[in-house]
Parts: sequence; C-alpha cells; structure tokens
Amino acid sequence: MADAAVALEVQDVHTFYGNIHALKGLSLTVAEGEIVTLIGANGAGKTTTLNTICGLVPPREGQVRLSGQDLTGVPPHQIVARGVVQVPEGRRVFARLTTEENLQMGGYTVRDQAVARAGIDRAYQMFPRLKERRHQVAGTLSGGEQQMLAIGRALMAEPRVLLLDEPSMGLAPVLVEGIFETIDRLHQAGTTILLVEQNARMALQVADRGYVIETGKIVLADSAASLRENPMIQKVYLGVA
Amino acid sequence: MQVRLADRVTDLAIATFLWAFRISVVLIVVVGSFLTLSSGKYGLETWTGLVITGLTTGSVYALVALGYTMVYGILRMINFAHGDIFMIGGFAGYFAGLALSRLGFLNANAIASLISIMIMMVVAGVFALVVALLVERIAYRPLRNAPRLIPLISAFGASYFLEYSVKGWAGPGVYAFPDVAVLDQLVPIDFVRIKWLDVLVVIAALVMMAGLYFFVMRTKVGTAIRAVSEDKATAALMGIDVDRAIVTTFAVGAAMAGAAGVLFGLMFRQINYFSGFEPGLKAFTAAVLGGIGNIPGAMLGGLFLGQVEAVGPQLFLDGFGVPGLAGLAKAVGFTMLVLILVFRPSGLLGERISGTRA
Repeated sequence: MADAAVALEVQDVHTFYGNIHALKGLSLTVAEGEIVTLIGANGAGKTTTLNTICGLVPPREGQVRLSGQDLTGVPPHQIVARGVVQVPEGRRVFARLTTEENLQMGGYTVRDQAVARAGIDRAYQMFPRLKERRHQVAGTLSGGEQQMLAIGRALMAEPRVLLLDEPSMGLAPVLVEGIFETIDRLHQAGTTILLVEQNARMALQVADRGYVIETGKIVLADSAASLRENPMIQKVYLGVA
Repeated sequence: MQVRLADRVTDLAIATFLWAFRISVVLIVVVGSFLTLSSGKYGLETWTGLVITGLTTGSVYALVALGYTMVYGILRMINFAHGDIFMIGGFAGYFAGLALSRLGFLNANAIASLISIMIMMVVAGVFALVVALLVERIAYRPLRNAPRLIPLISAFGASYFLEYSVKGWAGPGVYAFPDVAVLDQLVPIDFVRIKWLDVLVVIAALVMMAGLYFFVMRTKVGTAIRAVSEDKATAALMGIDVDRAIVTTFAVGAAMAGAAGVLFGLMFRQINYFSGFEPGLKAFTAAVLGGIGNIPGAMLGGLFLGQVEAVGPQLFLDGFGVPGLAGLAKAVGFTMLVLILVFRPSGLLGERISGTRA
C-alpha cells in the first residue's frame, strides 16, 4: 500500500471559522485504493477537515491536492466534478425530493444521461431497499435507508475519493454493521475512502491506516492494526480499561 | 403570580377577540352572500362577467406571485423589486408593440396580432430577465450571507431605483398601450360574454404555469433548484452550482413577470413607471395567501385573490347596501390577506413559513 500513488494530499492547512483557529497545520494523505480513518473527539476538527477538502470552508494557509492537482480555492461544485465527493454528517438527504431525485442530484455532474441512468441502477443494485422506495420523498425514509441513500447518492458522481463523515451516527447497532459492510465492499471494489468516525472501534477494523486528531492537529498516524494495539488509543478512543 | 395572571388575561382577551373576529367574518360572508343572492338584483351575466374579470387579473397575479415565491423558496428573501421587474417588462412589451404597430403588422390580421403579442411577451420576458439578473448580481448577491433584514432593505432600494430610473427616462406620464383590435371582439359563443383578450390572458398564463411546473418538477435543473432551496451546502457537495441555480430562479421568475406585464398592459391599456407597485403588492399577497415558497400555492393564491377582488365586494357587501362597491376591490383584496393570516398563518398550501430547514 505504501508505494501506491497518492490520491488525496492535505498539506499543512490552517482553517478558520471567523477568528476561531479550527485546523492548525493539519496534514494527511490517502493513497489510491486505500481506506484511511480520521478519529478524534467531538470538536477536534474532523468535519472541518472534510469541509476544507471539499472547499466549503477554504483553508487560509496550506494546500489540498488531488493526484497532485491543487484544489485550494476551487469552488465546492467543481471539486465534486473533479472527483472528491462527501457523504455529509447526518446524511442530509433532500427530504422533499424523492429517493430517485436525490440520486439524480448525486449524479448532477454526470453529463451523459445514459451514464447517470446506469449509476442509479447500480445504486439500486447495491441497496435494493432504495428501489422499493424510489418514488417516496426522502424525508419519509428510515434513518438506515437515508444513510444508504446518502452513500448511493455520493457514488453517483463516481468519486475518485469518497469522504464519509460519521456514517454510523444515530443508527441502531445492526444498521451500523450494515453500513460498515458497505464501506468494506466499496473498499474491496477499489474506492479510495477517507472515513471520519466517532466509532473508532469499527473504523479501525475496516481501515488500512488511521490518523488521530486533537484540537485541529494530527497527533498520531499509524497503521490501523497498530492503532488498535496502542494503549493510549485503547484507553481514550476504544474504551478499553 | 401577579404578572402571570395579567398575561393570562391578555392571552384570553386576544383569543376571544380573534374568535369574535373570525365568527363575524364568516357571518358577514354568509349573510352578505345570502342577502345579495336572494335580492336577485344581479343576473347570471353579471356574475359570469365578474368571474371572468377575476380569472384574468388572478392569472396575472399568479404569474407574478410565482417569482416572489420561487425566490423566497431558494433565498428566504422577499424580492420587493419584483413588481418593478413586471413594470419594466410591460414597458419593453409596450415599445415592441409600438414598433409592430408602426410596421402595420400588429393589426394586420388575427394571426399577425397573435404573433405580435407573442413577440411582445418574449421581448418583455427577455428584458425583464436581464434587469432582474443585474439586480440580483448588484443588490442581492453581495448580501447573500448578511442578516435577513439587510437584503430586504436592499430590495426596497432596488425597487425605488428601478421605478425612478424609469420615471427619469420615460417621465411620470401614462403611456397608452397599443390597441389590438382583435382582442376586443367577443368570442362567438352564446352562453357567456367573453372577449378574446380574456381567452388570451388565461391561456397564456396557463401555458406558462404548466411550463414552469414541468421545468421545476421534471427537469434536472428544476430538481437542482429544489435541492438548493432545501439545503445549499449539501447541494454544493453534489456538484450543483448554487449561484447558477439561484440565478436561474431569478431569471425564470422575471421572464414570467415580464410576460405578465404585457398581458396586464393589454388588459388595462396603460403603463407608467409606477404600474408595477400595486400589482406587485397584490402578487406578493397572493404568494403569501398560497403559502410562500410553495409553487402551486402561488398559482392558487393568485387566482383566489383575483376572484375575491372581482366577485367579493358585490357578493359579500351588496346585500348590506354598502355603496361604491367598485372602489372596494382593493380593500377587500387586502382584507383577505389579513383574514387568511388570521385563519391560516401559513397560507392555503403552506407547511412552514419560517423555513427552518434553511
């Protein structure tokens, strides 16, 4: 994995919300086909990192690169077109749009209608439940179905790098298992993933590598296997006494 | 304890007043209608005439109301310059009509008249669209993230700017809209007296509204507009260009208002720099009536307001012997707004007025 090409590179970014210094020189890389997790406490800057990558909150300093191309200052909708797609925290499906319309919006950057159609079919194949609910407005779907929709919607753009923000949040344990199985399947299929999770135990099981973020900085970077064994991680993030 | 008791008394007083108000309104409407109808003073012909008037003015209100409601839906902002966009469209259509009239084409024959009117509406729509996009770019976009009152003030500024720019350029006088002879002729059917003008207005409005509905509900760009209305950040994360969706919304609303300006000019035969104010206010009323942000609501609200204004004074008040009914149309129209807001604050089809998901 170490000699694979770098897909996503975040280099020494400083991001601010007004006067709040949220990211303080954060750096990380994700190689092609790799699944990397970013774990940390509430407010450590996990979501901010993803929003910085997506261009929603551009960094004041530092760079974000996709396969060597600078993404800094590129508007969010163009970053999507270049292949970085986020599944936002809390799913954020369009509640008043139907399931199928949500998927169509995920494929907004896909110009070819036949390709978009094939993408929708692929999403239905992956999540048959969504097909049953295709004409239902997304606001009436269950939490688990909404998460499926959020992931299916993001895949519509055929991302080169998929960013997942807390995909397990607010879901029943049985559904959490299902979501992580999906993530694992995407990984097997070769999708490059940056996974932000509070559920560090599950995240470190599917990930190749992990970063630990504290107050806007990476404090630890290692393989997922080593992080699982690390006593500090066990104590703080895995809840092992 | 003292304060709490006082609060309770006030609450009770307000609730009692509102109920008394509601009941008296219903009584006036029911008793008034009964008295008017039982007096048999007006024949069927009068009533159908009033209904047709309501239908045509209501169609225009609906077209303009759509612009208010769509912009509110996507930006949670009332674009108070929209009435002036309607007026500017009317002016553009006026000049196009004048040119066609000088060419002798406007009244050459029925087909030429129809084509001329379509040209006038297209010119008006395009002109209104361009002005609206300039207003959006200059007066609204820089304030996108400002507190909600700020763009509202900017909208009033834009409204005054447009009105007085037109006044400075065209003068305060009233321009007589070119006559289209065909429109004054009656449709050759027995049971109802209806002019071609009425038919034109209603059909043109229906076609535009159906087109808009198809665009918003069935096309990719329309769906993107709905997505942006719901959640801008997530829409951007889907690769939707949020600015472009907003601009498209302004453009569509303005084009319809501009075309409606021509219909209005043909109906009332005159236009000046202030012609957009009152229809604009009524269209805004219609949008609120229907539930602001709701597209079918704006259509329904416009048609409803048109009917209430046209039929209402006669139907509800004549039975009580109230004089000068023709002048009461506006009073009844705006009373209607107050009533709807008392009975049903979110409008006829509205779900939530606060837009909490924004």
